[in-house]
Amino acid sequence: MSIDLKTIKHISKLARISVDEQRAEKLAGDLNSIFDFIEKLNELKTDNVEPLTSIAETTLKLRSDEVKSKNIREQIIKNSPQDNEDYFVVPKVIE
Amino acid sequence: MSDITKQSLTELVENIKNKKLSSTDVTKAFIDRSEKSEQLNAYITNDFTSALDNAKKFDQKPNLDLKLPGIPMAVKDLFCTKNIKTTAGSKILNNFVPTYESTVTENIWNEGAILLGKLNCDEFAMGSSNETSFFGNVQSPIDKNLVPGGSSGGSASAVAGQLTPVTIGTDTGGSIRQPASFTGIVGLKPTYGSCSRYGIVAFASSLDQAGPMAQNVKDCALLHEVISSYDPKDSTSIDFKRNHYSKELTNNIKGKKIGIPKEYRVDGMPKEIEDLWQKGIQYIKDCGAETIDISLPNTSYALPTYYIVAPAEASSNLARYDGVKYGFRAKGENLIDMYEKTRSEGFGVEVQRRIMIGTYVLSSGYYDAYYLKAQKVRKLIKNDFDEAYKKVDAILTPSTPSSAFKIGEKTNDPVSMYLNDIFTVPVNLAGLPGISIPAGHDSKGYPLGLQIIGKAFDEQNILNIAYAMEEKINFKNKITDWWIK
Repeated sequence: MSIDLKTIKHISKLARISVDEQRAEKLAGDLNSIFDFIEKLNELKTDNVEPLTSIAETTLKLRSDEVKSKNIREQIIKNSPQDNEDYFVVPKVIE
Repeated sequence: MSDITKQSLTELVENIKNKKLSSTDVTKAFIDRSEKSEQLNAYITNDFTSALDNAKKFDQKPNLDLKLPGIPMAVKDLFCTKNIKTTAGSKILNNFVPTYESTVTENIWNEGAILLGKLNCDEFAMGSSNETSFFGNVQSPIDKNLVPGGSSGGSASAVAGQLTPVTIGTDTGGSIRQPASFTGIVGLKPTYGSCSRYGIVAFASSLDQAGPMAQNVKDCALLHEVISSYDPKDSTSIDFKRNHYSKELTNNIKGKKIGIPKEYRVDGMPKEIEDLWQKGIQYIKDCGAETIDISLPNTSYALPTYYIVAPAEASSNLARYDGVKYGFRAKGENLIDMYEKTRSEGFGVEVQRRIMIGTYVLSSGYYDAYYLKAQKVRKLIKNDFDEAYKKVDAILTPSTPSSAFKIGEKTNDPVSMYLNDIFTVPVNLAGLPGISIPAGHDSKGYPLGLQIIGKAFDEQNILNIAYAMEEKINFKNKITDWWIK
């Protein structure tokens, strides 16, 4: 299998990470060597194996639905790069 | 007392309780040594002024019933600390000041400990050498050219270099045990669900666990006892009866059955590692325990499985860093452009690489071939351990396939860097506890570690085995203080 530049561009778009040509080529090389190594899994037959989706063999505990954090508006907004009163500010979305 | 920083946590606690030392004495000593150790680059943020204030406050009204009375402690910069900058070693969190405290650190402060500062680590804990940190690499106290291991590299360097009596790290694929092994200290990765993940910057949520790093097994047991707790704020935290690990610690392991898995004898493993392992087997026998050859047939598939599961989870977890709610924001022409530039400029090379792998294996058309396949193989790996534990109480392996490598030696070859975690990764995939203890030196004088893997929730047993072996091994770390100004 080979990951080409077009695929790298596609993944970078999905991941929302802008990648220039030079970076894309380096990434393609890295990802190809990593996937060569990952392909080893194809040696194993796993048709009848149940996937492991949770490592902790426990069921989720139920609890009453109570508000525990009150009046934390200020805390939530405290680390925002840009805010206006109680809102996060982002670049204009609607023209 | 000039040798305060040489004392173990257990000794310091005793000396504070007997009033031979004050918290201020101890805190001053570790601050002084930390200040002289800037070259190691173990700290990202120090909190020395507040630490000294807190020590004085403690001494005015000392509560000596606590488990860590007035003990200063630096922690990995992956734990959120209220009002103290928490970076995860990343540019994208370079200005992030949490408004809440992680449960694990909260447990530590509740037992009387005092924060010294935040320790360097690989960016988002993704790395095996501490070279991916935005804040620069960390030097090993063993030798200035050596990596301390990673991702808890600052933590390992700080404990081995005596800048903090003990510390906590996190371990997703070996990030506590591998650096512990590289720097000649003890590191425990607890059972998944033993320590709360609340307030720890997430990497791979089904693998991440916090754990103690210390100079010896007893200190490690004491700190584990403090950090392990059931926490409703973490839905994967498990409510089980926790031991008083330090009090119940015993070197009597007579009659225990210890498995030796043949698949851990990997191609190209240096003879020194094999010799160390054999020595470990002899120590086990000298302690009156029995060793049994076992098989964990799917071991060689663990690392490829890990490099699907961990990046997949990471790509989801790291989607939150979008420049909107907190952290670094780059200027962009529109919203999407802002996201893409923020993430491109804010994340380092290794983190971007892993987000890309994770995004790819979860993307439409590839999910079954990679992610689902990896989950199935993960099940097989867990089954291997379940099968083995029908015959044995614990498993003994080397911690790493080699001693510490040089700074820069593996940075251009991600796969060779990943191979370093070959013996530690299966333990995370199976959610089991594992402890690395220093067990000898290679021909260059660098430390080598042995790993004891336990059954789920059987930390007491592996701590006991480690404690018994520690006595026989009688390891002395070769620290020359070369970096002290």
